[in-house]
Amino acid sequence: MSAVIEAKQLTSVRAERLLFSELSFQLQTGEILHVEGPNGAGKSTLLRIIAGLLEPLAGSIHLFGQPQWGDPECWRRQLLFIGHKPAVKAELSALENLHFQATLDGVTNVDAWALLETVGLLGLEDIPAQQLSAGQQRRIALARLWYSQASLWILDEPFTALDTYGIQLLHERFQHHLQQDGVIILTSHQPLTWSGDRLKKIRIEFQDDGELHE
Amino acid sequence: MNNMSMWRLLTTVMRRDLAVALRRRSDVVNPLLFVVIVVTLFPLAVGPGPDILGRIATGVIWVAALLSSLLGSERLFRDDFLDGTLEQLVLSPAPLPLLAFGKVGVHWLLSGLPLVVLAPLCAMLLKLPIAGWGTLMLTLLVGTPILSAMTAIGAGLTVSLGRGGALLSLLLLPLFIPLLIFAAAAVENALLGTSAIGQVLLLTGLMLLTLLLAPFAVAAALRVSVN
Amino acid sequence: MWKWLHPYAKGEAAYRLLGHWQPWLSGLALILVSVGVIWGLLYAPADYQQGDSYRIIFIHVPSAMFAMGAYTGLAITAFIVLVWQIRTAEWAIAAIAPVGAVLTFISLFTGAVWGKPMWGTWWEWDARLTSQLILFFLYVGVLALYYAFNDSRTGAKAASILALVGVINVPIIHFSVYWWNSLHQGATITRFGDTLMPSSMKMPLYISILGFMFLTAALIVYRLRNEILKQELHRPWAMAQLGVENDHGV
Repeated sequence: MSAVIEAKQLTSVRAERLLFSELSFQLQTGEILHVEGPNGAGKSTLLRIIAGLLEPLAGSIHLFGQPQWGDPECWRRQLLFIGHKPAVKAELSALENLHFQATLDGVTNVDAWALLETVGLLGLEDIPAQQLSAGQQRRIALARLWYSQASLWILDEPFTALDTYGIQLLHERFQHHLQQDGVIILTSHQPLTWSGDRLKKIRIEFQDDGELHE
Repeated sequence: MNNMSMWRLLTTVMRRDLAVALRRRSDVVNPLLFVVIVVTLFPLAVGPGPDILGRIATGVIWVAALLSSLLGSERLFRDDFLDGTLEQLVLSPAPLPLLAFGKVGVHWLLSGLPLVVLAPLCAMLLKLPIAGWGTLMLTLLVGTPILSAMTAIGAGLTVSLGRGGALLSLLLLPLFIPLLIFAAAAVENALLGTSAIGQVLLLTGLMLLTLLLAPFAVAAALRVSVN
Repeated sequence: MWKWLHPYAKGEAAYRLLGHWQPWLSGLALILVSVGVIWGLLYAPADYQQGDSYRIIFIHVPSAMFAMGAYTGLAITAFIVLVWQIRTAEWAIAAIAPVGAVLTFISLFTGAVWGKPMWGTWWEWDARLTSQLILFFLYVGVLALYYAFNDSRTGAKAASILALVGVINVPIIHFSVYWWNSLHQGATITRFGDTLMPSSMKMPLYISILGFMFLTAALIVYRLRNEILKQELHRPWAMAQLGVENDHGV
């Protein structure tokens, strides 16, 4: 059985500080990877490297056996990244945000109203996002998960600002994605209510001396 | 990716930026008011005599246009950077230069094109002889897309710095010099009654070259900036 | 392990390679610049029109040439940074740009000094001086952008993009400024009839030009080695080079 995503010997240095070195992992279909570690240890950096926003100092990543920079367009089509900045336009309403984002994600037949209902924003669709709460804005961002056709989801702190119901909703969506042979990589300070061998964990420790180990 | 979906992506980026801009009208209007105010200052500073005003009119209007383009540059990528939209644009399967081209287009529609419309007002305030008005508007029409495209390169490079204002002017103003020279010469020719077609064609050539190459530079700059 | 060491070995290798070049470049620069400038300033004949004031060309011309030459070098380095992402090239951006900026400044300064006896004014909007001034602005822009970023890799990439945009613009700026100058009929005195220059003036000028070439190269190599050491200071080889004790216990 081949791995969906395989990272080998990843090393990253940011602002002259070593974050992690020789980090390797691989995920099979239906697996979820929880990246743990203290603030500032480099969890977000790792996620951004996997997404292709950053380049590692050394190491390689393969998705379905294809190297990360081989065919960027195809690579980007297979992954969905939601960072801690939600990419929601404050001036636009939930409906407009969803609509534009879906088109940019290459999905044309999205039923925005149904999506709004799913994430519990029905009735708020015309209000500019800046007047919504942080949790509601996060829901707009996360609504992408319900139409996404990408197999690899990379989510940086997806539970931030969500209420209990929202968290449960997200868990259900994750479950569904994993059953469909998807793969999820996420960071979260909240413990995941997940059980079984589908959950993998890696921990990035803070390199407090800031020096490069060789 | 076929032409149809490319076109749809381009228009989506443009429609989104337009929708955001229309809800923040002051960001659009302020750089234009800036031009009018700068133009007003000159007669007060050098005296209202038509001989001196008419001579410096083209230069003043064009320099004001350069500065207003810089003033409006924040609108290009700043909010996108802060709210995470830029990351999504970079990660979009669509070619980034195409999306950058769309953003340049919106910037031009909201800052370059209105300048063309405002030009007669400024020309009147500065007592530019009527013979030069048409050419002035023509140079602005073909010159402001260059302004927008080059501004986008600078804005893309400095967006992650958060305090790009003075730095941006330092990077961009030297690159605007040819534009200033040819535009001013074209209007000068028109005032002298000779043909300005050479300079206008030259500016058009520069515009096409810039629009062809700049989106790639903007895309490269944005990839560096999301780092 | 090799992959992990590979990018680090590069800095050290480059440092050592440049170390071999440095004495040769410095020596040649010292000899040729001294010979060229002393010959030019003391022994070359005076010009029949300008007297002794022309002698500033022995510094002005070479510095102006390599001000432009360094910008070309900067653009080539920038291309390497963006296409092949070689770290040594990233450091070279920081090494080349200040050298080029200083050369440009020297050419501007000597140009102004020369302008005083020639035109009776320190600054004339002469095409050559004006385009040199704009070149100086371009250098300042690249440097300002490079140092605006906390992360030197990001700074190097951003500055590289700007340098490439600049190098495409340089011919356009050059052309426009010369054309503008011809339009406005400012200072049209040709400074020096190059073809009329006797070989007793040409020889020291050529030597000086050659000397400035080596001087530019030596300065860049010197700065690049410093930059490599600075960036690699946390690595054992760089510490050993400086004789610094590794007090971090790594």
